Amino acid sequence: MAESTHNTCEGLLGSLSDYIDGELGAELCRQIEKHIAECEDCRIVVDTTRKTIDLVHASNAPQTGLPDDVRDRLFKRLNLDKYLKPSAK
Amino acid sequence: MMVETTIQDISIEALRNGDRAEFARLVDAYSAPIYHLGLRMLGNEQDAEDVLQNTFLSALTHLPTFEGRSSVLTWLYRIAVNEALMTLRRGKPEVNIDDTDSSDENENIHPTQFVDWGALPEDELLSTEGKQALDHAIQNLPENLQTVFLLRDIQDLSIKDTADALNLTESNVKVRLLRARLMLREQLSYYYGERMKKEKSNG
Repeated sequence: MAESTHNTCEGLLGSLSDYIDGELGAELCRQIEKHIAECEDCRIVVDTTRKTIDLVHASNAPQTGLPDDVRDRLFKRLNLDKYLKPSAK
Repeated sequence: MMVETTIQDISIEALRNGDRAEFARLVDAYSAPIYHLGLRMLGNEQDAEDVLQNTFLSALTHLPTFEGRSSVLTWLYRIAVNEALMTLRRGKPEVNIDDTDSSDENENIHPTQFVDWGALPEDELLSTEGKQALDHAIQNLPENLQTVFLLRDIQDLSIKDTADALNLTESNVKVRLLRARLMLREQLSYYYGERMKKEKSNG
């Protein structure tokens, strides 16, 4: 099996991340799309890997803040008490 | 992401010169992503808070020598990852610090689960139980894959910044990222496959 080409299962696997992240050239994308139109297992691997990353992003979205008590203790530990203004949430 | 836009006007020069107000602004801009990275790596709030405090204490000490070859955030992530790894290793004294790269970087992970769960409705995929399955799978990634995955796919760093933060080459980051993503996909396929089977037998 020629591993360097993208119209095989092995070749697709090696470029899967670049393909999903939109960092693959047009010709290689075309080869992958041709392959997944004919290979159901690879089509599922591509779809579910993409979905996995989407879920990671979606479920992580609300976790961007810092609890107020954690922030207070951090500022105190760093001797930054006098800059401890209310957080801009 | 959100944080990047708030930091643009922070002065590295002022930080290097010991400007406390500027340091306070740096802490406010970046403490949340550092805390959440620690939470993901260590799995509990107390350890994550220790990592957060130690990261900024260390940054305060080393700012005068910060060369600015990477962004401040990438530099903070590097400190935080090292702090978190030290905490993890304190809990597991048998882990050899030099032995984290023992897995064969050239070996691909071959998918074994081909359940087509990607078309399940969003509310089912993002149910409380579904999120727990995802969190559990991330928590159980091997350490060298987990750090790459957390920085790239959760903290949203570029491949280059992830490589800088972890002292890896970009191609190493790509290999580890792919392995991490495929391992998570495998776990989720197993989980949602079981769910789909149950639903079929109930319905």
